[in-house]
Amino acid sequence: MEALVVENVSMDFGGLRALNALSFSVSVGERLAIIGPNGAGKTTLFQILSGMLTPTTGRIFAFGKEITKLPPHQRAALGLGRTFQITNLFFNLTVLDNLLLGLEATGHTRFNPVRPVSTYGRLLKQAEEILRQWGMWERRDVPVRSLSYGEQRQLEIVLTLSQKRSILLLDEPTCGLSPEEAKSFTAMISGFSRDFTVLLIDHDMDVTFEIAEKVMVLHYGQLLVHGLPGEVKSNPRVQEIYMGAEE
Amino acid sequence: MKDKTGLVVALVLFACLIVVPPLLPTFYTGLVTLILIFAIFAMSLDILQGYTGLASLGHAAFLGTAAYVVAILNVKVFKGPHFTVELIAGILSAAFVAAIFGLFVLRSRQTYFLMILLASSMMLWGIAFKWRSLTGGDDGLPGIARPNLSAIHLNLANTTHFYYFVLLFFLIAIILMYLVVRSSFGHTLMGIRESETRMQALGYNIWLQKYLAFIVSSVFAGLAGVLLVYYNGFVSPSELHLVLSAEALIMVILGGSGTLFGPAIGAAIITLIKNFVSGYTEHWMIILGAIYIATVVLAPQGVYRLIKQLMRK
Repeated sequence: MEALVVENVSMDFGGLRALNALSFSVSVGERLAIIGPNGAGKTTLFQILSGMLTPTTGRIFAFGKEITKLPPHQRAALGLGRTFQITNLFFNLTVLDNLLLGLEATGHTRFNPVRPVSTYGRLLKQAEEILRQWGMWERRDVPVRSLSYGEQRQLEIVLTLSQKRSILLLDEPTCGLSPEEAKSFTAMISGFSRDFTVLLIDHDMDVTFEIAEKVMVLHYGQLLVHGLPGEVKSNPRVQEIYMGAEE
Repeated sequence: MKDKTGLVVALVLFACLIVVPPLLPTFYTGLVTLILIFAIFAMSLDILQGYTGLASLGHAAFLGTAAYVVAILNVKVFKGPHFTVELIAGILSAAFVAAIFGLFVLRSRQTYFLMILLASSMMLWGIAFKWRSLTGGDDGLPGIARPNLSAIHLNLANTTHFYYFVLLFFLIAIILMYLVVRSSFGHTLMGIRESETRMQALGYNIWLQKYLAFIVSSVFAGLAGVLLVYYNGFVSPSELHLVLSAEALIMVILGGSGTLFGPAIGAAIITLIKNFVSGYTEHWMIILGAIYIATVVLAPQGVYRLIKQLMRK
């Protein structure tokens, strides 16, 4: 079963073609890494997959259902969750409130106009468990704007993971994490059950090749290679334009 | 502990409000009545402006619509007061306008939202201004009778009785709005204020949440409109005008947006100054502008947060 199918998707911003006739699919439980130099169209692809942007042409399917024109919240309901490359949190709310907003999104409490969030014991307990697991419980009453950058990046991931969406789009999740944090993050993703499908953008090659079973290389909006990590690493084109550029 | 201090302060303020009529001359009782009405109006705007992050320059549309509906029922249809029907019709008409406006203004954001809502609300002003046979045009509709509540021994023509009548609605409104902003629903509104894209990614239909906020807010603005029209016994297009919307916005900013109670303080300050100034000059707008600038420069967080900081020291 395919978790995601992308068919011939192109995205134009005015005269700029950010993605060009991109087609690929991701099967359920797969871990796919998307790499490519800055400006290759990786984040644009995530914007399109999560519904923040509508592609100029092409179609997208999630679990066999076409989602090309669905708004983001309906895609989330189908099981898409994402993190943001540029930290996107509720900065003036506390850590706990941030997490509660994540947990509330999947229930009906969001429409209750009289009952305070703080009276939903089940939600609070869930939030406590998650925050303890990530070592952020002591920081629960701190407004997110006062967290360190590393903590914010961590919360960015925690918030998305807490929702248990089945397809995770992780946009540079380890950017800003310490090497140890990045390592434990990698271990956690690798330990995920096969119910979860993971698409990952990351500039940290250790993280990328540790997690990924398949790697896709984008270059100026074109799909360059899509294959096993070994194949991609040894591909001469990739070495020339991407790996080679770093040497 | 913090909550207890808040409760004590609230009870003290409430006690003060109760003893207003016996302690103050009739004129000032009337003035405090007006403050309470505008406090409801400003707090209702805060649900949009402070909690949802939707700065609005069209809030008078809801107050004005309710005011006109009550006035027309009162003067033209029933030819006398008919309290329950007028109250419900006034509030529902405000909600109806919000439900219609919300369909298109909430498609846009920030400045665009502000301008489209401003234009929509001024359209209503234009209708009130031009539709003479129904609204009386720029002469307005005079002779609106206050409800007859002699059944419960209230004589609303009496300033003191009318004051307690408004105070009751003020209390109901402030408690309901407090519940709303503290609720799960209110929580999602703050999420939208902080980051719309994150809320979408989390799975919220932010349009729907904003739409509901819009309607909830309009209900309380409508209530303010109903009370205002009884207070004045008169309605005119100025109840739908941009100036009133701008005053409400400044009440919110001056009091502290996103604090709910702050805008009530803002309403008190603005209403008092306006009342004082209008005895000397017709150029109220100049003073209002000066207040706005002073707020932004001296207390951009608003008076409410300023008081809270001072109390903590």
